[in-house]
Amino acid sequence: MEFLGYPRPDGTVGVRNHLAVLASVFCANQVVENIAHQVPGAVPLTHPLGCSQVGADLEQTARTLISLGRHPNVGAVLVVGLGCERFPAQELYAGVAASGKPVEMVVIQEAGDSLRAVEQGTRLARRLMEELSRQERESCDISHLTVGLKCGGTDATSGIAANPAVGVMSDLLVQAGGSTILTEVTELLGAEHILAQRAVNPDVGEKIRATIAQMEERLRRAGSDQRFSHRGALISPGNMDGGVTTVVEKALGGITKSGSAPFVDVLDYGERIKKKGLHLLDSPGHDGESVTGLVAAGAQIIVFTTGRGTPTGFPIAPVVKVTGNPTTYQRMKENIDYNAGAIIEGEKTIAQAGTELLAEILAVANGKRTKAEILGHRELLCIARL
Amino acid sequence: MKRVIVINAKDNVAVALEEVAPGEEIEADLGGQKVILTVQEAIPFGHKIALRPLAVGEPVIKYGEVIGEATQPIAPGAWVHLHNLASRRGRPA
Repeated sequence: MEFLGYPRPDGTVGVRNHLAVLASVFCANQVVENIAHQVPGAVPLTHPLGCSQVGADLEQTARTLISLGRHPNVGAVLVVGLGCERFPAQELYAGVAASGKPVEMVVIQEAGDSLRAVEQGTRLARRLMEELSRQERESCDISHLTVGLKCGGTDATSGIAANPAVGVMSDLLVQAGGSTILTEVTELLGAEHILAQRAVNPDVGEKIRATIAQMEERLRRAGSDQRFSHRGALISPGNMDGGVTTVVEKALGGITKSGSAPFVDVLDYGERIKKKGLHLLDSPGHDGESVTGLVAAGAQIIVFTTGRGTPTGFPIAPVVKVTGNPTTYQRMKENIDYNAGAIIEGEKTIAQAGTELLAEILAVANGKRTKAEILGHRELLCIARL
Repeated sequence: MKRVIVINAKDNVAVALEEVAPGEEIEADLGGQKVILTVQEAIPFGHKIALRPLAVGEPVIKYGEVIGEATQPIAPGAWVHLHNLASRRGRPA
């Protein structure tokens, strides 16, 4: 199985060829936006972090920003920093440059002021964009493809239609030599024994259990303040209206996205995938944080099931939206790419839908744009905090 | 007969694939045996219907696994949701 992608110097392959303008710190966000505005097609990557953080939290932000810069869908990077931030722009620059791809850097305090920084950055970005525009897609083996598995706006159809169809797709892709990643550990409570049993060896099984247990402990501590007992729900109002009653029920429906393949490893947040096959990523269930974690892990495409319907996207990776709710699909056709609601209506089997979904993913890999990409949705860039 | 799905043979709840009004009937598999139930109350699309009586504290089974415990006595054909089902997972001690 092959797809048409952009080979990178470090051996990875992208399904897009983005010029990323990447802020090392939030103070550089507007300069990043202004540069990207003057080079249409450049993708601004802004965020609220990069300073006044300490310890493991700062390290996670640093690691994730470097991974985003190194991402296979990114052909070149312009790093923009302020000059005094705790995560130095130079460190982000060096981390991304180690991948071998073209990288440039602008530091606002060195350029003088924001206007000079925008001018310097625009000139550098223009040259990078020209270089990128000469690159062509090449035929690459499917083993270079990693798909992130995600659900958001879950309702009762998620666990019986959309997610099982994704599970079939995941099994097919892994069998063909590709990789997939399951995450949203806050929503795996009650399913840890099922996942651990599917680990390739007892060490990975233990890592799976420990990862879920640690997340549950964090939730218990956070939920124990009596003043906020009305904010203790582990599932959303939308989940509840949609028929999901407990976090365990949500988890059992959610894990069907991972099909039946064995779990080969557990990834830390911000860490890049090293093996092939099905992985678990340690990330909270927050839509943005989990998709950011999946992309930072190296996923070139995200498959995102949604029962209630959400239009969100990610700046440097296509998000393929799938719903198992026929009503949601009719209502949100402009935002949803694949209708697994046909399973509920008895028109397709889960196996058929899974096979069609794999074909859709290959089309997206080859260049077909998702609805979220076409409409410019970029909400999901959110780096998880510790 | 309104359409429902029983996901796993061990389940004691079915999922409504269409809205069910009080007094309507559903047919479902309970542990390999076909049961016909008269639904007691309005069940929204995607919500759960009890397939047999459940006592307070008894596990509610869906996907072949325990999703929580009954917090009220539940009759066959009853709507199963936040008012009569809860899980202890993730809750403060």
